[in-house]
Amino acid sequence: MSHMTVYVLNQESALDFYTNKLGFKMVKDVPMGPDSRWLTVSPPEQPEIEMVLFPIVVGKMFPKETANTIVELIKKGTFGCGVFECDDIYATYEELKAKGVEFMKAPKQEFYGTEALFKDDSGNWFSLQPKSNATPTK
Amino acid sequence: MENYPKIYLYRRIVQAKLFIDNHLAEQIDLDNISDEAYFSKFHFIRLFKKIYGKTPHQYLTFVRIEKAIQLLRTGRPVSEVCYAVGFKSLSSFGSLFKRIVGVTPSAFLEEQQQMKIQILKTPLRFVPACFIYQNGWDEK
Repeated sequence: MSHMTVYVLNQESALDFYTNKLGFKMVKDVPMGPDSRWLTVSPPEQPEIEMVLFPIVVGKMFPKETANTIVELIKKGTFGCGVFECDDIYATYEELKAKGVEFMKAPKQEFYGTEALFKDDSGNWFSLQPKSNATPTK
Repeated sequence: MENYPKIYLYRRIVQAKLFIDNHLAEQIDLDNISDEAYFSKFHFIRLFKKIYGKTPHQYLTFVRIEKAIQLLRTGRPVSEVCYAVGFKSLSSFGSLFKRIVGVTPSAFLEEQQQMKIQILKTPLRFVPACFIYQNGWDEK
């Protein structure tokens, strides 16, 4: 995989969240007219994967009604966008919490492993898991 | 809810890590950080390395170079960046930067500036074609 998209309500705020809070690196920032920019970030240890911070702008891709619906769904916290792995979930949790990241669930041991849930600045939610949760390949 | 093992240890180590992040431009005395975290120096270094995979000193160097990369990407001059990330000498900054990043800070700055020129000249070259089509960016 080279690119994945996360729909965001505000690109500048999302850039701040993903770089200054989660520690991602900004990869591309290309102006695309007055309302948007092609803005991508990468997890620090996976520079080959670019996460596109995509704004909902009314236009060819998002007619007005569609745009309004998507914005409402994002605000409601409808979209679970993925899983992030970290070396130490307790340290990562304490650090992100200290930086003001909103957690829906603190790290908890489940039957499938330890997991926490947090939201980005738009309302998209992610699972946070330690790398040790990964199932060994058979 | 928050009752995982050794929570107080995690909080102290994380606070120390955030202290380094927030004060990387200053002359940080790592001995003082272990004092503030209420650990012996040895215990502090051992726990820090266990969690972050680097000693506090290695981590400080790492975040300084990372910050330097970030600042150079904004076009700030090398000499300004050097002092802004806590180095006292341009030569030690330059050699460490080259050892870690693979190019000198000035070469890195030049690369970034060339990239910015290319982005302004031909922005669509930097975007996957499917996104260009779906958004109608090629029609503008």
